[in-house]
Amino acid sequence: MKTKAHFWLWTASLATYAFLYIPLAVVVLFSFNDSVLNAEWVGFTTRWYVKLLHDDDMLHAAANSLMIALVSSSVSTLLGAMAGLSMHRYRPRWLPFLVLTPVAMPEILLGVSLLLFFRQVLDLSLGLFSILAAHITFSIGFVAVIVRARLAGMDESIFEAARDLGATPWATFRRVTLPLIMPALVAGFLMAFTLSIDDFVITFFVAGVGVNTLPLQIYSMIKVAVTPEVNAISTLLMALTLTLILVASRFAPDVLKGRS
Amino acid sequence: MALLEIRKVTRRFGALEAVKDVSISIEQGEFFTLLGPSGCGKTTILRMIAGFDEPDEGEILLDGKSLAGVPPEKRPLHTVFQSYALFPHMTVAGNIAFPLEMAGKSALEIRRRVAETLALVHLEDKADSFPHELSGGQKQRVALARGLVNKPRLLLLDEPLGALDAKLRVEMQIELIALQREVDITFIFVTHSQQEALALSHRIAVIKDGRVEQCDEPDQLYTQPANRFVADFIGKINMLEVEVTSSSKVLLGLRAEGLGDIAATDPRPIAVGERGAFALRPELIRVFGHRESADLKNRFEGVVRELLYLGDVTLYKVELANGRVIEALMPNAAPGRAKFHEVGDVVTVCWRHDAGVYLRN
Repeated sequence: MKTKAHFWLWTASLATYAFLYIPLAVVVLFSFNDSVLNAEWVGFTTRWYVKLLHDDDMLHAAANSLMIALVSSSVSTLLGAMAGLSMHRYRPRWLPFLVLTPVAMPEILLGVSLLLFFRQVLDLSLGLFSILAAHITFSIGFVAVIVRARLAGMDESIFEAARDLGATPWATFRRVTLPLIMPALVAGFLMAFTLSIDDFVITFFVAGVGVNTLPLQIYSMIKVAVTPEVNAISTLLMALTLTLILVASRFAPDVLKGRS
Repeated sequence: MALLEIRKVTRRFGALEAVKDVSISIEQGEFFTLLGPSGCGKTTILRMIAGFDEPDEGEILLDGKSLAGVPPEKRPLHTVFQSYALFPHMTVAGNIAFPLEMAGKSALEIRRRVAETLALVHLEDKADSFPHELSGGQKQRVALARGLVNKPRLLLLDEPLGALDAKLRVEMQIELIALQREVDITFIFVTHSQQEALALSHRIAVIKDGRVEQCDEPDQLYTQPANRFVADFIGKINMLEVEVTSSSKVLLGLRAEGLGDIAATDPRPIAVGERGAFALRPELIRVFGHRESADLKNRFEGVVRELLYLGDVTLYKVELANGRVIEALMPNAAPGRAKFHEVGDVVTVCWRHDAGVYLRN
């Protein structure tokens, strides 16, 4: 009975993971395939990567994406941390709605409304700035939620103790609050970074014509066909994301382990 | 001049008056306790002293200077929190060094003072441990060390022993007394445990519904409670409803309904006919066998309804003629005898005329 239960449990788990990871593995595998077609394995090559390095459109889009992700996740970490802290400390009734609505809002709706806002209300020309503003808008909520969750699990008297022991409000923040929410900040930053670097829908609306990002570039490429070059850039994106997660787990082990 | 003076302080939260017209003055070197049931306002008083809250009326003075508007970090006093509130990301030494760093002490002095204070609380070997690696008693000691290291004028302790188990609590009580004597810093201790308050304090303020009911030394509170609440809250006590039948200088004649006359003492001038309560500690009542002689003035017959043998003492619950059950505590001191009476025995309870206290309504 027990072995039978084990058998099904293992089968179900393996099937789930296979379903999740085999497509990813295929992408990685075929990025090294010496054939233009994603059909059969011909031989090992790195020429798609070399080709990527000489594809100016692709490089430009990648640089844009990285820059946008870095700036938007930095800004939204700062603003999100402030929102999370004030939601926790002052418990304003309206702030959670303001901050969290973009998280729950369908992306397509957010994209359309941001486009209208930028064009019709602000009369802004679309480009890098509008993309940044949009990415920051939808990332703040995620950071705020993570920071607030971290604070909620904390003994409130720690912050009073710091004041009581002679720390000014600023010293309390620097010496006690900031180190304690640091894991949440790292996690929030990474979340914002990943959300930004692979965002397609909202970016598509607010990008305008001049600026291209990696997801937009990949989309325009697969309109023709899924080429090995797309596999290669996808593999690189995957590697970047994995590296970030590993780095994060070094800096803030409890983000991954779920320890408080 | 008193070290700390709380002068006619009132604090309201909406319609609720949490602290009502409280005046207390605390001397340098005292171990002072705010005692009361939970929600009585004692923690609010402590928070106002620490600066986390401000009085709506009245003022708090330290060394004769008002603390109004002075933020917590500028007050020369530290708090030991109920939850210890140790900084989880700092080591024990880091926690203890924190107030010194905030005061801008030199690295050399910080190192010396941290080492001294660690020795004071016997935690030399835990300097590099993190709070989550410590036991409850050790965390307690770190919190104390952190509060004492910068030699505050006052140390506030908010139910610091509440989270410890019974045995550890008694050990920490003894350590606290020794520690306070050694560092000679004024302690203001908040607790709901009357036993803890009696054991530790030089003086105790008993607080109920935001008011100070009585402020006195422990033995005075125990033997001369000012009112029914204090009498009942501190220790065990028998309370009999009585009417005053005579009053002359110190002697007081009382009558308990269905029981008879009780001889008591009270130096206050009290009107005949006044109604009040007669409060009597169980250990001041003697229980004699029916035929044993008892040459005390207050003697009443009763029947033993229940008894609790506790080893060193036995608690007797004796039903008197008027149906009232009173408790008497007798030491089991006679060699070779465990109990003096059994359930159902007819006995005589008696007490000295100066044993109890008359409490006015």
